[in-house]
Amino acid sequence: MRSIPKAAALLAVAPLALLAGCTAAGAEGGSSDGQVTLTISTFSEWGYDALIEEYQELNPDIKIEQNKFATSDEAKEQFQTSLGAGSGLADIVGVDNSWLPQVLENPDNFVDLTSDDVKDRWNQWNVDLATTEDGKLLGYATDIGPSSITYRADLFEAAGLPSDREAVAELFGGDDATWDDFFAVGEQFQAANTGVPFYDASASIATSWGDQYEVLWEDPDSGDIIAGTNPDLKKIYDETMEHDDLSAHLERWTEDWNSSFQKDGFAVMLSPSWMLGVIEGNAAGVTGWDVANVFPGGGGNSGGSYLTVPTQSKHPEEAKALADWLTAPEQQLKAFESTGNFPSQVEAQESEELQQVTNEFFNDAPVGQILTERAAAVTEIPFKGDNYFAITDAFNKAINRVSVDKTQNAQESWDMFLDELGNLE
Amino acid sequence: MSYPANATRRTTSSPRPGSPWKERFGRWDIKASPYAYIAPFFIVFGIVGLFPLLYTAYVSLHDWDLISGQGDFVGIENFTFILSRPVFWVSLGNTLSIFLLSTVPQIAIALVLASVLNANIRAKTFWRMGVLLPYVVAPVAVTLIFSRLFADQSGLVNAVLELVGADPIGWHRDSLPAHIAIATMVNFRWIGFNTLVLLAAMQAIPKELYEAATIDGAGRARQFFSVTVPSVRPTIIFVVITSTIGGLQIFDEPRLYDAQGLGGNSGQWKTITLYLYELGWNQQRLGRAAAVAWLLFVLIVVFALVSNWASRRIASGDDPTATRKLRRVQQQKKQAARKELSEQAVRTTSASSLERTP
Repeated sequence: MRSIPKAAALLAVAPLALLAGCTAAGAEGGSSDGQVTLTISTFSEWGYDALIEEYQELNPDIKIEQNKFATSDEAKEQFQTSLGAGSGLADIVGVDNSWLPQVLENPDNFVDLTSDDVKDRWNQWNVDLATTEDGKLLGYATDIGPSSITYRADLFEAAGLPSDREAVAELFGGDDATWDDFFAVGEQFQAANTGVPFYDASASIATSWGDQYEVLWEDPDSGDIIAGTNPDLKKIYDETMEHDDLSAHLERWTEDWNSSFQKDGFAVMLSPSWMLGVIEGNAAGVTGWDVANVFPGGGGNSGGSYLTVPTQSKHPEEAKALADWLTAPEQQLKAFESTGNFPSQVEAQESEELQQVTNEFFNDAPVGQILTERAAAVTEIPFKGDNYFAITDAFNKAINRVSVDKTQNAQESWDMFLDELGNLE
Repeated sequence: MSYPANATRRTTSSPRPGSPWKERFGRWDIKASPYAYIAPFFIVFGIVGLFPLLYTAYVSLHDWDLISGQGDFVGIENFTFILSRPVFWVSLGNTLSIFLLSTVPQIAIALVLASVLNANIRAKTFWRMGVLLPYVVAPVAVTLIFSRLFADQSGLVNAVLELVGADPIGWHRDSLPAHIAIATMVNFRWIGFNTLVLLAAMQAIPKELYEAATIDGAGRARQFFSVTVPSVRPTIIFVVITSTIGGLQIFDEPRLYDAQGLGGNSGQWKTITLYLYELGWNQQRLGRAAAVAWLLFVLIVVFALVSNWASRRIASGDDPTATRKLRRVQQQKKQAARKELSEQAVRTTSASSLERTP
């Protein structure tokens, strides 16, 4: 009985969202002539088209339908709505790592995918993200977003700094790079008076920094919001604000940010692996971009996805087998070839094929090798609770009010952040 | 049977004696069938309109999570919480500001455009289709293009402003410029549509009124305000009410105005629907989102009533003579129509009685 009022509530508040949901993944899973139809939902581009063909050829009794959402936002909306309604999810649902809190909070809605087949397939932190407290593995990792420092070698040279990637990695502190080192290089760069800001956006500096703390926003035990009183977060905020003059006062993904790539808008970006493609697109025709094998504070991961099997599925066994196959190193390497999504499988990362990968746009940097090392450097996995989205969103807005809009000073903006946390009570 | 099969249905006024069942059925048929014909609308309305409305009220009285569903009954706590938060009042102010900045110019421009299109111009159809063109463009596309035009540093609008020596405007930075930019998108999209609706109404205005006004020495402007506007009053009311409802529910444009889609860093363009979305889908509190939905519903009802009242006054208040003249014409028209109707009735009755005769 409970699922009916729930479905009705969703219909009541968001008929549009539900309509979108209905068109997506009308999971019928009918099996005629012993054939099983599996549905899989992904978003943007996961490079699965050819792989699905291959799997169907290997398993003639399985038919696979893929539903691709245009954006992860659309997919997230449908995911949440269908999860709440108790129907409408595909047999295999591709989820972004930032939705994992919702998966882990509703462990009964997902099939436990623990299996000997996938032992040691990923780095431990990668597995931990999708594992419940009592040890159930609810998602198979597909790809990850290990972060590195991308920079403009020509602008570094103009500022009298070293410009080849090994020397730059050393400049930022090499294996023991700290955030202090990072800001110090920034000040050095600024002192050269080239007129170019050092990095693009203060908010993304603070977010990358925050991702290196296990507990920052919410208390994992009580679920309370601690962002307002956590000295670590205040420190990140204060330091970022203090160095705001190093930033180009931009907000990522805005029109102004996009167009600043074409006019020497900034010299450095903290970039997850998938950002390389974005830079290449936005900075088409600009020369000088390079990747340094270094990241302040050690390692960082941003983004990456998982495959889950909801208990709504009528064919959980078949779905699990397909998810297992798709996230195996061989398959993810093929997906990497077609999309550039960095595989999360250790074996795939260490493969000769990936180690050989270089990127022409980034001055032929050995990105395969660099990103593998960056992935191995990740140690802390941030705890993401119920309100993670809402709190980090409020935090980013607080920084942008000072850095981008310049409508408030650091103190006013922090106070408003505290006030907004009150909205989440 | 010498009677036609459908005789019962056609001659209920004088039923044949001796078949009470048929008589009763006939009477029931006459009374009930109109309701049966309109029932589909009301059944559909009940399912997709009334039921969600009432269910939203039910949800709004509970602690209700987007995913885990119904929680405790909390009474009006969701409402008091929302009304106590400044962010609700900010979003209310933004909504009203964007609503006024879009609806008022939109209808004023649509009225003028419609009367221009109603005049004798060459290539009428071309111009009439031309004004509707922006309406055909998907709102998402409109928003993407406009948010580029209105980019703070790299946008075309600011580039033009700088060219003429003005200071660039923080279209995403400050509240009012953001409202103007968003209202511009709404206006771009809806002016053409409203123009055509008003144009259709204007074409029904009898030419005699304009002739009489011209003889009386009224100029173009005077004719516009004293003949055209009062004559299309019911249509203006319709347009005002529909754009009130649409304007208060504005979502696509502010949602796509920046990359975050939540109304700006300090809520400069956060509208009520964006706030509702944020509560329901970012914070996953459907109970609170439902409470906002109900507050919005009440607000729309109030505004529809107010704009109905206001547009009645605006459209009829300025020139009593024109109105009187109009009323007289309308009265005459009505009388003529009534006369025709009764004549028709006589014709039909005689026809049917003829038919009845074996």
